[in-house]
This record gives sequence, C-alpha cells and structure tokens, in this order.
Amino acid sequence: MTAAATALAVMFAIVAIGTAVGFLAGSRQRMDLEQWTVGGRRFGTVLVFLLMAGEAYTTFSFLGVSGWAYSRGAPVLYVLAYITLAYVTSFFILPQLWELGRRHRLQTQPDFFNTRYRNRYLTAFVCVVGILAFIPYVQLQLVGVGIIVSVASFGHIGPAPAMAAAAALVVAFVFANGVRAVAWVSVVKDFLMIVAAVAIGVGIPLVHFGGIGAMFHALAHLHPQHLVMPGATTNLGHSWFISTVLLSALGSYMWPHLFGTAFTARSADTLRRNAVVMPLYTLTLALMFFAGFAAVLTVPHLRDGDLAVLIAAQQIFPPWFLGVIGGAGALTAMVPAAILILTAATLFAKNLCRPLLAPTLTDDGVARLARVMVVLLGAVSLALAIHGSSTIVSLLLTAYAVMAQCFPGVVLGLYWGRVSGRGVFVGMIVGVVTAASLMAAHRDPVFGLNAGFVGLCVNLAVTVCASLLFPAKELAAASAAHAGATPSAE
Amino acid sequence: MHVKPPSLAALALGAVPFVAMCFSVALWDRIQPMILGVPFNLCWLILWIVLTPCFLWLAYRIEAAADRSREHGS
Repeated sequence: MTAAATALAVMFAIVAIGTAVGFLAGSRQRMDLEQWTVGGRRFGTVLVFLLMAGEAYTTFSFLGVSGWAYSRGAPVLYVLAYITLAYVTSFFILPQLWELGRRHRLQTQPDFFNTRYRNRYLTAFVCVVGILAFIPYVQLQLVGVGIIVSVASFGHIGPAPAMAAAAALVVAFVFANGVRAVAWVSVVKDFLMIVAAVAIGVGIPLVHFGGIGAMFHALAHLHPQHLVMPGATTNLGHSWFISTVLLSALGSYMWPHLFGTAFTARSADTLRRNAVVMPLYTLTLALMFFAGFAAVLTVPHLRDGDLAVLIAAQQIFPPWFLGVIGGAGALTAMVPAAILILTAATLFAKNLCRPLLAPTLTDDGVARLARVMVVLLGAVSLALAIHGSSTIVSLLLTAYAVMAQCFPGVVLGLYWGRVSGRGVFVGMIVGVVTAASLMAAHRDPVFGLNAGFVGLCVNLAVTVCASLLFPAKELAAASAAHAGATPSAE
Repeated sequence: MHVKPPSLAALALGAVPFVAMCFSVALWDRIQPMILGVPFNLCWLILWIVLTPCFLWLAYRIEAAADRSREHGS
C-alpha cells in the first residue's frame, strides 16, 4: 500500500469505530426529550468527566494551541491558565445549578434564565445569542476536520468531502442517540487524543533535538523573546493575559453546552468531584505547547500557523501513525461539533420555538422538532464551512466574548436575591454591544485589556445598578410566580 | 430559587489558583531559571495545574461536610 492509502485506511477505521460507539451508546433507551438532552440525569463521575473532557478539548486544542505557540509564542500560556481556572469556577457554580435543575426540571441554559427571572424577552435574547455564537464554533470544528484529514491523507482527500462526511456522521449519531452518544464517542476520542498528543509533544522535540529540554534551550538561545509575553506579538502583554484569563475562566461555563453538562450529572457531588480532577487533564494540552514551540525551529516561516504541528508530524511519523493522528483529530472535531449541534437544536426547539410560536407543543413534539433542527444546523454549518472565509477565528473570539456576558445573570441569579430580570437584560445588552463593537472595530485588546473583559465589567456594573434602581415589582412578581408554580420545591 | 452559596473557606481555597495562575503573571513570566529544561513560566503553570486539584480537594471536603451537616440538621 502507498503511504497515503495506509494513512487513509487507519483514519477511516478510527472514525468508523468512534461512530459505531456513538450508535450503540443509547440504543437500549427510549429517547424522550429528557433522555436525549440530559441523559436522564443519571451520568456518574466517569461519564460526566468524559462528556466534559470531550467538550473542552476541541480542534482548538489540537491545532489552535500549537498554532498559537508557533505563531505568537508565550501569550498562548493563557490557555493553560484559563482552562484550569474554568474548572475552579465550575466548582462554585455547577453543583448549585444542578440543584436548581433537579427541582425545576431544567434542561438548558435559557431554562435557567426563564425560571429565575420570568422574563420572556431576556430568555429569548439569551437563546438567540447562544445559537448565533454556536454557528462559527461548529463551523470551525468542521474546517478543522477538513485540514486534518487533507494533511493526514497527503492531500488525497480534499477538505470539502472530509467536512461533508464528518458532518453527516455527527448529525446521524446525535439524531439517533443524543447526549449519551456524545459521551461515549468521547471515550474513543480522548484515548486516541492522549496517544497522539504524547507522540507529537514528545516525539517532535525528541527526533529533532534529542529531548524537550534541549529543544527549549535551543529556542531560548535563538528566539528568547518568543518565550515570554508578549512573544511574537506587540500588544498581548501582562494586562491582556490577566483580563483574557479572567474572561475565559469565568465565561467558559456560560457556553450553553457546558452549562448543560450540569444537568446530566447524577448528583451535585458528581460535579464537584469532576471539578477537582478535571484540571489534571489540562496536562495533555501542555504537550501541544511543546510541539508548537518545537515547530518554530523545525518548520519556520509557515504562513498558516495552524498547520505547523501537522506538517512537523508528517516529517517524522510513519504513514499509519499519521492515520492515527488524523483519526484522533477528526474525532476531536466531531465530538464537540455534535454536542454543539445538539444543544443549539434543543435551544431552538424548546426555548425559542415553543414559547414564542407553538405554546401547545408537547415534550415529544419538541424532541421531534429538535431532531429536525439537528439536520438543518448540520447542513448550515457545513455550507458555511465549505464557503467560509478566513475570518472564522475572529468570529469565534467574538462569540466567546459575547457568550461570557451571561456570567452576571447566572452568578448573581444564583447568589444575590435582589438582582432583577430587567437589570440582567440591560446589563447583558450593554456588555454584548460593548464587546462586539470593540472587536468589530479591531480595538481588541483595548488599552491592553481584552475587549470581552471590558464588556463584562460594564455589564456587571450596569446589572448591579439597574437591579438596585428597579427591583421591587420584579422581585414581588418573581417570588409570587415562584410560590405559585412550584409549591413543593422548597 | 434559593440555593446555598459555597462557604467562605471553600471560596478562599478556590481563590488561591486564581492568584497563582492569573494575577501574579508579572512575577513568574520569565525564562530563567529553566526547570528540567522547561522555561520557568511554562513550568510554573504546569506546577499549578497539579496543585489546583489539591486546593479544590480541600474545598470539596469542606463543602461535602457542610452538605452532610445540613442533611442531618433538616
């Protein structure tokens, strides 16, 4: 067999196994809405761990992190800090959300806003923001599959067919088995991804320099400025680092799909245990840093930094192992794409369509509509990915900054009785507009600070002030509605 | 919509990684001394990835104990 055929065969086998696991995962369960979206709320520590790891480690960790290490240098360290601190944040939010989810049968993030604030417009706004933010996210995953498969197949499969195949598989297993499929495909994906990360992160420095330490010594000698902030950039210094780490650490769990994992768990304790151990998984990401830094020396002057590690890997590994890397990379993009599509479809059917257009729809009707949306969203993302421009990354960064604006609404909603729906609504709009307009005007970072973080600070200030100014009516209405709606909750 | 907030002791433990990995960046963002050949800033973050679960584990003990005493109390 030729090199390309070997790599392709291995890659196909891996994707086939991963997908088969997704189809088998929930085949014995009846798939009602509760089962499809939150796995019947029965996931134990291990499944929640796999689901969260599957969601947290996307193509961004595979290509983006090494790409940043290659093209920007030390500022990429923000990733290690923010992912670890996001788990710390989750420790103090998710168990409480789980408790509310159990009492009020919450399945999605807008469910929380709806139950807490009783404000239809706020809920719809959160919902629309979530769905819009998801689209560049799914698109980026598919573009990642295209890149990985075409490099690993030595250019024999173009990005477009690879993206189409990946999108079709994702839609199929989400359609059939919902969140349970995603958790189980994660098992295959995580195992392979660790194998690939160790091989790449240790292998590339070892072959070219004789070890990781020797590689860093060479880099510190030749390009010392690359290894401290602001690295190869001019404006990503320490204030940028602090503001970006804070925004990302506080904002991560505001993504509706990560927020939703809180409701899949069997107990609040499961979520706490997970938050304790999850940071250790970030260690695998450090390996991608080694690979990206090594590529600075071994494959210098590439125009597209995202390709650096794949090209460096192509130089040293045999074709069959390139197939393993390609398969792992493809699954690494498909698992998050699956959960994103699943969440967006549920948000659309349950939180946007039913309350505004079809109030008589039953839960089974919502589940059917959500499945139709899975197919539609898969098709839209695929079309965008194929015809997409190079601005997806900047769209995604904007989406991150915008999504984080839910933070005051969630945290104050949990812990501060006086916060009002109107306050949160006004604060969120101000925060979203601030962050999005600064980024659209290319003023990120602004005065050395992350634009999303600036938006978050303004948002928080406005939310608190507006809640103090207009509390009474909302507070009375909310507590009355609460007392009426759920007499048995307390 | 009332939930019990985390205890202050647990929050204080959770604040430690934030100080170490985020606010103090100016103190540890340098190459030297390299440890096992890895630049100091990268090494520092890797160290805190390992230490963070220790702090969270202590916070977990506090929160779990609070849960238990609440169950007995009610």
